[in-house]
Amino acid sequence: MAEFKGVMVYGETTEGKLTALTTELLGCGRRLADELKEDLLCILVGEQLGEAPQSAIVYGADKVYTVEDPLLKEYQTDSYVTVMEKAIKDISPQILLLGQTAIGRDLAPRLAFRLGVSPSMDCLELNIDPDTKLLQGTRPVYGGNARAIFVSESLPQMATVRQKAMSPLEPDESRKGEIAPIKVELDPAKIKTKVIETVKEEVEGIKLEDAEAVVAGGRGIGGPEGFKELEELAKILKGAVGASRPPCDNSWVPDTLQIGLTGKIVTPELYIAVAISGSSQHLSGCSGSKNIIAINKDAEANIFKEARFGVVGDWKQALPAFAAKVKELLAG
Amino acid sequence: MNMIVCCKQVLDPEAPPASFKIDPASNTVLQPPGVPPVVSPFDEQAVEAALRIKDSQGGKITVLTLGNNLLRDVVKKPLSMGADELVLLEDEVFEGGDSWSTAYALAMAIKKIGEFDLIFCGRQAADWDAGQVGSGIAEILEIPSITVAKKVEAIDGKVRVERVIADGYQVVEVTLPALITVTNELGEARYATLKGIMAAAKKQPTIWKPADIGVEPSQIGAAGRRSKLLKLFQPVREGKCEIIEADTPAEAGANLAVKLRDAKLI
Repeated sequence: MAEFKGVMVYGETTEGKLTALTTELLGCGRRLADELKEDLLCILVGEQLGEAPQSAIVYGADKVYTVEDPLLKEYQTDSYVTVMEKAIKDISPQILLLGQTAIGRDLAPRLAFRLGVSPSMDCLELNIDPDTKLLQGTRPVYGGNARAIFVSESLPQMATVRQKAMSPLEPDESRKGEIAPIKVELDPAKIKTKVIETVKEEVEGIKLEDAEAVVAGGRGIGGPEGFKELEELAKILKGAVGASRPPCDNSWVPDTLQIGLTGKIVTPELYIAVAISGSSQHLSGCSGSKNIIAINKDAEANIFKEARFGVVGDWKQALPAFAAKVKELLAG
Repeated sequence: MNMIVCCKQVLDPEAPPASFKIDPASNTVLQPPGVPPVVSPFDEQAVEAALRIKDSQGGKITVLTLGNNLLRDVVKKPLSMGADELVLLEDEVFEGGDSWSTAYALAMAIKKIGEFDLIFCGRQAADWDAGQVGSGIAEILEIPSITVAKKVEAIDGKVRVERVIADGYQVVEVTLPALITVTNELGEARYATLKGIMAAAKKQPTIWKPADIGVEPSQIGAAGRRSKLLKLFQPVREGKCEIIEADTPAEAGANLAVKLRDAKLI
């Protein structure tokens, strides 16, 4: 049996750059590798990787494996699982970390079942048990109502990591590392899916996940019109609009605005929750915010347990007055 | 079109968060009194996705549920929505499984059902939220999988899926047979009709034991796990909210703005 060595990060890139979550994974992976006194490996898969491999070294990797192929232009389960199966069998890392992204949540389980191992999904914390040296992953369960710590003895130990749960290292341009291209033969006949088109549903203005102020609305907003008022406030605060699940499921706002367990994870300085009751699955997406402000007519709403300041009352009356006063204060 | 939908009976995720309690000694969640379990909402939406295909071009929907002491009123709900048959993998040895042992048992049951074009699962179960079983079944059955679908259409012997990604969606086509996992963006599942409820009441589920699907007790349930739960706990919430008092909500809104200014948050 091969010896399992090294901590490997599956990195994602956009336009030749590492994604923010990949730098976070490298930061976390570096810490785990140092504790285990092993190397931090990174694997990047795509059509053209540009400067990303060098950047992975700058962010902490000792060795970066690259797989470039025109067939890997877009993520498809069949092709990417084939590539990763081959790479993992050849390199045999002890730990494999992926991001909890559209790619990671698809790739990790299917790859794990092919390798016969069990991943911990959507981890908020990862630690090495000092005695057993096994990876322990802490992840939200029951819609964010509880957390669970899982361990698996099958190797490689796999985990996916939630956005913004880990910190990247400071980039160090002087770091040295090795870049090793690997070739995987892909048979197009074995790729059973075909990407017809990719549709971007971006909203104008600041991206939700980058905004320092988020104004989010819930079921109580009642329809698409109400969200216009939230947009006004977001504009005044130079922030972005988000939503809990019901407004997205009812098509009042695009799905891409959804914050929560199955949507985006945001951690702004200011999170203004308007007519959001605060279900655990929603809080999973916003509880990392520095300051949560709640406006809700139900004084018992769960959101007040997370909030720093709150207004108990009808948002239709409270919000315009709040927005007007904020505008006045910011202008003065 | 022969379709199979995997549905799980779970603790109601819409139950008030205050009713959520854990027994730390056994690392299990206590059933809140007065709140009956439900079909995991993502799985209900998987049933909805299958029903939409059945509506447009006909077909048969078999629902597959694994567990022990399953409540008939709960697990029959997909039948009352319009599904055709219900197969229960029901035995105490199915209990306490993880994604591995669950996917394995479901895949073996699907092999026994035999004929299928499409398998649907929810994107994740509303209790453990791992989102692995669908991909696991597809891997065991060696068929393609598309996860996190918000729209599924059958066209010319293929299936066209809108798969949700961070900044929009991808339109992906797949050959049959295939497995699709469904996300909440598909939209709300239909209500059961009175006619559906009456028809469901008359239908008897087929019950399979481990031997019926050719699996050993060591491969399923708690015995078949490949991951170990070390600890289950509730995160501590601080709960120090300052409520802005005022005579009217409008006044409170204005006062809130001043408060945020004083706290240097705006």
